[in-house]
Amino acid sequence: MRGITPFLWFLFGTGGMVSALLFPIHVLLIGLAFPLGWLDAPDYESLRSLVIHPITRLYLFVFIFFPLFHWAHRFRYTIYDLFQIKHGAQQPIAFLCYGAALLGTIFAAYTLLAIA
Amino acid sequence: MSVQTGSPSGPPELYHRPMSFWWWLQKRAYFNFILRELTCVFVGVFAVITILQIRALSQGPDAYAEFINRLRTPGFILFNTVGLAALLFHAITWFKAVPTTMIVRFGGTRVPDQVIAGLHYVGWMVVSVVVAWILLLR
Repeated sequence: MRGITPFLWFLFGTGGMVSALLFPIHVLLIGLAFPLGWLDAPDYESLRSLVIHPITRLYLFVFIFFPLFHWAHRFRYTIYDLFQIKHGAQQPIAFLCYGAALLGTIFAAYTLLAIA
Repeated sequence: MSVQTGSPSGPPELYHRPMSFWWWLQKRAYFNFILRELTCVFVGVFAVITILQIRALSQGPDAYAEFINRLRTPGFILFNTVGLAALLFHAITWFKAVPTTMIVRFGGTRVPDQVIAGLHYVGWMVVSVVVAWILLLR
């Protein structure tokens, strides 16, 4: 774990920036404005043709991958602080957090590659 | 050989007063810190919801309609409202912290914190408008 710590901080930082810049507008539109009928949502076919474009797929991968590891890293240390986890018990929590983020990334990559 | 802790020859054994689980409620600053750190839970959940939306989209119009209908339920509206507030808190605290983590020099002088934070706010607005533009012009 120690050897890849700088890499994990890089993922945390990039994910923090990606989610700060992009998540609010996505949730505002897809999570509130469209479901509540404030604005017209794109229909199925046009959204599908947008998502299958290679640039959109890459965008969505960045949108999911970095923020998942941002969550993993920050959640790990929040658990340590909140529950005052001592050194011996820290490792399993770290593995669970990064493991979950890795599984989510694989699931995202598979979904983005499978869509056609 | 026996190990003696706290002996004059060994390191002093420090007494740690056990801390209450509610330590983060004892000061406003602690509470804000935990609140800020916990915004990452919403970041993670929204990333997963995005995967599920792409998956529904790949499964055809019926699966996608079902997904969209689920987003209209009061539970999701409530969750997304709280989540959006958390994301805004994350974004504001993040851009506030960036000048501390990112030192930029221009022509030998350090770029002021307000300029770096300000540029991030401008960037935030620009990408938000671009994303809205792309989604609304479909």
